[in-house]
Amino acid sequence: MTASSSLFGLGMRTPHYAHFLDEDVPVDFVEVISENFMVAGGKLRDILRRVRERLPVALHGVSMSVGSATGLDPSYLDRLRALVDEVDPLFVSDHLCWTRVAGFSSHDLLPIPYTAEALDIVSAHVRQAQDALGRAMLIENPSSYVGFAQSEMSEWEFLAALVERTGCGLLLDVNNIYVSAHNHGFDPLAYVAGLPIEHVRQIHLAGHSQGEHLLIDTHDQPVPDPVWALYRHVMRRVGRVAVMIERDDNIPPLPDLLAELDVARALAGERLAA
Amino acid sequence: MTLAAIQNDFRLWLSKADDAAAARIGDGPGLAVYQNNYRVQLMDCLESAYPQSLAWLGDAAFRAVAAHHVDRFAPDSWTIDDYPADFATTLATFYPDDPEVGELAILELALANAFVALDSPVLTTSDLPATDWDRASLRLAPSAKLLTMTTNAAAIWSALAQDEEPPAAALLHAPVTLMTWRHDHISCYRTLDGDEAAIFRSLGDGLGFADICAALADRAGDDAPGGRAGLLLARWATEQCLAFA
Repeated sequence: MTASSSLFGLGMRTPHYAHFLDEDVPVDFVEVISENFMVAGGKLRDILRRVRERLPVALHGVSMSVGSATGLDPSYLDRLRALVDEVDPLFVSDHLCWTRVAGFSSHDLLPIPYTAEALDIVSAHVRQAQDALGRAMLIENPSSYVGFAQSEMSEWEFLAALVERTGCGLLLDVNNIYVSAHNHGFDPLAYVAGLPIEHVRQIHLAGHSQGEHLLIDTHDQPVPDPVWALYRHVMRRVGRVAVMIERDDNIPPLPDLLAELDVARALAGERLAA
Repeated sequence: MTLAAIQNDFRLWLSKADDAAAARIGDGPGLAVYQNNYRVQLMDCLESAYPQSLAWLGDAAFRAVAAHHVDRFAPDSWTIDDYPADFATTLATFYPDDPEVGELAILELALANAFVALDSPVLTTSDLPATDWDRASLRLAPSAKLLTMTTNAAAIWSALAQDEEPPAAALLHAPVTLMTWRHDHISCYRTLDGDEAAIFRSLGDGLGFADICAALADRAGDDAPGGRAGLLLARWATEQCLAFA
């Protein structure tokens, strides 16, 4: 497996829709937020159909809530399955987190304790989702600002067990590792070493902000040097992956993101020379 | 502490700022980050869903109502796009003596819903010559919705949407029916004529063209309503606001 066989893409955001519809943007794929397109019809669905005619599309969700103690929402799975059938996506992913419980939806990626009970629940939900979608999912490591005294294992041990139990793949957000390592005081290299790295299929690169006490996963800044360094470390260990810049706010002009993607390509290329 | 108990405490902390729940989750500055994210996201959601209501009321007044709404109503849908649906009612409740406020919000909500309504074949001008009108039955397109307006909220919306000075709020001489729908991926609205409004409200799951002509004749006392019906049919086909039942 060589770095040159990896794919390099971008998260497709509203200010750049016209570029992806009308131009040959030099990317191998785009990723979209699934929920933005899980609507009945209209312009957004049309845009997605037309972009899909030009490029592979990864569906990245924020609302499946695999860590919910009250179960998955069947109507959510039905809508996502319909989108999957229409798009035939490169990947379908969501986060290791919870967003909702019965009667309440936070619309935020909230942390879970890494306990045996939570592992049972998340594993059951990932299996349920994979059955409903008819394909394996990728689960993304979250960034977090709260740890739990109840946790019985590390996040990477939890993810490794989840992969083993469900057959899911991993979406590794390098910035999230960096942010959580800073906030919780663990070694990011130990995190990477503890993952079943051969199951990483996709990589997110993003930036963050410095809060008063914590690093905040804002995804509104360029990828900073420490995240690039960690990415280089990861790329020496993974197989063929799909790498992308994930910018969610403070969206810059498309050429700025493409320049960042060129850096990602170059650093992946270093692996060949190493 | 079970996962369910932790998540219930998180819910109480985010939606009610319950300090006891926060203490059970744990100490540290991270919980404040999550609560800030929760509230900011919901406030931003309401502001982006009702841009002309925000412009009409002004930032401070709108945000005061939005903060009250966020305090009282927690979201429960998997999509945050559902959260703004009840806010039009909250705005109307806050401004009972200013009915244009609630109607402006209802219009914004209807336009937003039309934007993402179900894709479905609609009646177009190319269908007109090829259709057997003795058998065809019509209904509203999935994106179309009828609103009753008692104020000039639509004129206010139109001015604000074009960055023009809006007219002063005013009651109409009589209530009118406004239709919102989607045409070529763009949400639209217009005021219906009286006979159109009556017909559209009676379309239900489908109404034949002969029945439409009969309804027009009943309203106008017209012995030959076909001309008016033909004109309306051409207009509806151009606007793509109807579908075959």
